[in-house]
Amino acid sequence: MSEIRLAPKLRPEEYRTNFGDINRALSPGAALAEASRCLFCFDAPCTAACPTHIDVPAFIKKIATGNMRGSAREILSANILGASCARVCPVEVLCEGACVMHGRGEPPIQIGRLQRHATDWAFQNPVQLFAPGSARDKRVALIGAGPASLSCAAELAKMGYGAVILDRHPLPGGLNTYGIAYYKMTPEESLREINLVRSLGVKIQCGVQVGHDLTLEDLEADFDAIFIGVGLGKTRRLGIPGENLAGVYEAIDFIEEVKSKPFAEIDVGRRVVVIGAGNTSIDCATQARRLGAEWVAIVYRRGESEMPAYHYEYELAKQDGVQFLWHAQPVEIQGNAFVQRLVCVRTRSGAREASGSFRADEIPESRFFIETDMVIEALGQDPRSSFLEKLPGVQLEKGRVVVDPGTGQTANPKYFSGGDCANGGKEVVDAVADGKRAAAGIDRYLRAVGPRPPGL
Amino acid sequence: MADLSCNLGGIRSPNPFWLASGPPSNSGEQVARAFDQGWGGAVWKTVGEPIINTTSRYSSIDWNGQRMMGLNNIELISDRPIEENLREIREVKRRYPDQAVVVSLMVDSTRKAWHDIVKRTEDTGCDGLELNFGCPHGMSERGMGAAVGQVPEYTCQITAWVKEVARTPVIVKLTPNTSDVRYIARAAQKGGADAISLINTLNSITGIDLDTFVPRPNVGGMSTHGGYCGPAVKPIALNMVSSAALDPEFHIPISGIGGIATWRDAVEFILLGAGTVQVCTAVMHYGFRIIRDMLEGLEFYLEEKGFQSLNELRGRSLPHLTDWGNLDLNYRIVAKIDPETCIGCQLCYVACWDGAHQCIHLREDRRVPLIDEVECVGCNLCALVCPVEDCITMAQVPGPAGKMSWNALRSGRS
Repeated sequence: MSEIRLAPKLRPEEYRTNFGDINRALSPGAALAEASRCLFCFDAPCTAACPTHIDVPAFIKKIATGNMRGSAREILSANILGASCARVCPVEVLCEGACVMHGRGEPPIQIGRLQRHATDWAFQNPVQLFAPGSARDKRVALIGAGPASLSCAAELAKMGYGAVILDRHPLPGGLNTYGIAYYKMTPEESLREINLVRSLGVKIQCGVQVGHDLTLEDLEADFDAIFIGVGLGKTRRLGIPGENLAGVYEAIDFIEEVKSKPFAEIDVGRRVVVIGAGNTSIDCATQARRLGAEWVAIVYRRGESEMPAYHYEYELAKQDGVQFLWHAQPVEIQGNAFVQRLVCVRTRSGAREASGSFRADEIPESRFFIETDMVIEALGQDPRSSFLEKLPGVQLEKGRVVVDPGTGQTANPKYFSGGDCANGGKEVVDAVADGKRAAAGIDRYLRAVGPRPPGL
Repeated sequence: MADLSCNLGGIRSPNPFWLASGPPSNSGEQVARAFDQGWGGAVWKTVGEPIINTTSRYSSIDWNGQRMMGLNNIELISDRPIEENLREIREVKRRYPDQAVVVSLMVDSTRKAWHDIVKRTEDTGCDGLELNFGCPHGMSERGMGAAVGQVPEYTCQITAWVKEVARTPVIVKLTPNTSDVRYIARAAQKGGADAISLINTLNSITGIDLDTFVPRPNVGGMSTHGGYCGPAVKPIALNMVSSAALDPEFHIPISGIGGIATWRDAVEFILLGAGTVQVCTAVMHYGFRIIRDMLEGLEFYLEEKGFQSLNELRGRSLPHLTDWGNLDLNYRIVAKIDPETCIGCQLCYVACWDGAHQCIHLREDRRVPLIDEVECVGCNLCALVCPVEDCITMAQVPGPAGKMSWNALRSGRS
């Protein structure tokens, strides 16, 4: 046990600095100046680039005129999680990437920060932005309290449907609460947004596991439609020797720990290796550094150009001093109860695969070791197959729920789905868009079904 | 290097840039600092029987995140004793013999009061006088300022009284708050003025606090209309300067005032006939230091255009101004969009479609809009809203042969 080498704990102010807001709020004056830069494009490309189609020029011009309430409503009526999206959206590939200012050789309008400015205002100045619709006699159950269900439930509530969200975690929000790097969004910021959803009349029951605490049959009897928004499951494992050693983590578990424990209670090694080079890997690597790890490396079996992480995330990791080891394939984790080293072999780019990326071919006789005290596996998440397979009549493909892209309806007409479990794992804003579409699909379905038979 | 020196009705200055009468020229210390930085002249803040000012005094219009596009004030003339002002004027003139020191004056509308102040002021050795017949707030309620300048007969009479005793050139400063400034300009000329200066400030209410309902500036819960100036008023000032300059009955020099903040603004006033220009709001915003760019910019401009002096520039745009009835109705231009520089904001489309003549269309396959050149009326609106420089240009196309104006049409009919 003496071999374990934990990074020393930091001082409270160091944690505060390291996990403080990475993209600070704009001052009112700065927001006004930035809003005034917006050209107010007709049929704006930023709006088209947003999966939830927020009318970006409209909300920005409302900031410029001092109509903050209208600005917040403009955003949140299109995207009830607009405050989260303002913090976590990869804006450089969405709205800001589409900004016409690029064509003028100028920086794009800071849409994300302006959106945050307006939505922060709405939470700091409690005003009613929406009212529930006039009550209808239909109820919808939503499984999983992540962004897709929250968005779907909010839309349903605005239409007057009863909406009940069930989640097995102690807190609602799914990845929004548990899975976003702390410096991008705090759990409190996720929860205050969920209160907005609740204010529409949406009921959220936490600590309830469908299939355990109540059955699908119960739900089918009590509800007129069911939305599946359960997201993804456990992190995919490498399947190499040594994965069961102490000090080997799954990315999602590690991030969840950062989001749910005081920082000083989270142990990280002095030397940390993160396997995989996606956006989740970056979240793990930067947070390990910010918790005090002295040396953090991301190990990826392909090259830099094939890294799935966004450019912004890559830059952030480099600024945090994270090392990148390209073309390294882990083959074994060694240690004595605790992790001591990661064994890798070098790879080179081979033939192009169907996915478009190059196969990583191992180079013979190229084994090498990385001394490490902690390994975080961030290889993407598996679908929640064991749960999804129990859904009656719902068709799956590669573990994903198959839905009509326009309505979110599954092969079982009473079941709808959206978010990561249906799209395979995308952004929060995609889940919100899925939820909105599904709400419209559910509305159409329930109208067609007709009134509830008496006695139910 | 081009010669920037000026002579406005006998008042000489090394360059055309004068401080206008206002807060920046309120004291000898300020004027001395302005001269040290390069200002060619200063019109001293209006001297008269000292008044009591209010707090607050100014309010402004911000636009699109920019501060003080227009400034409004309810400040009155100098609140300092006449003797104190005159002592400082004497001192400044002694220290700065080359710069123009002009003193703005405003007293009760009696012959004796004007004779008295003119004599006392000229004893300082100042280079000229400016009669403040323009101040639109406060003083006008006391029968001075714009109350004089809005009535041609009063303007003429008081100017004549001043000219009875004045030994230095007399400028009459005009208010724009009148239906046709030319009548007042002619009255000043008739009274014997050596030059006019215009415009003084415009009557204005800049805005209202939407929470308290009190218009700005707020003086203990009440407000009053003030005088509007700054970049927002420049187009009005340019028009008034040109209308005086083009008036066949008007022949004396003009000092241009109104929203001048840069050398470019100054060139425009000079092109419309101004002999010198006066600046106030821009100094209130940024300080005396703006003179350095104004001087350098004007010098470089003259050099690049090959002009030796300001006289070659003065009034050069006047021949290009005429009545609407003389404009060529056969002249035709249409809009052209450069697809290489277009950034696809489609502001031209929505402006033309909703706000003009429905000649720009969207395309299915790309964001660059399409101009229907046959239907285009050549109004300029799309080029004005386009955020990319030179992306939309107005190109001349053949129209009907020859020239045709409304006046020509009308005379042909009669």
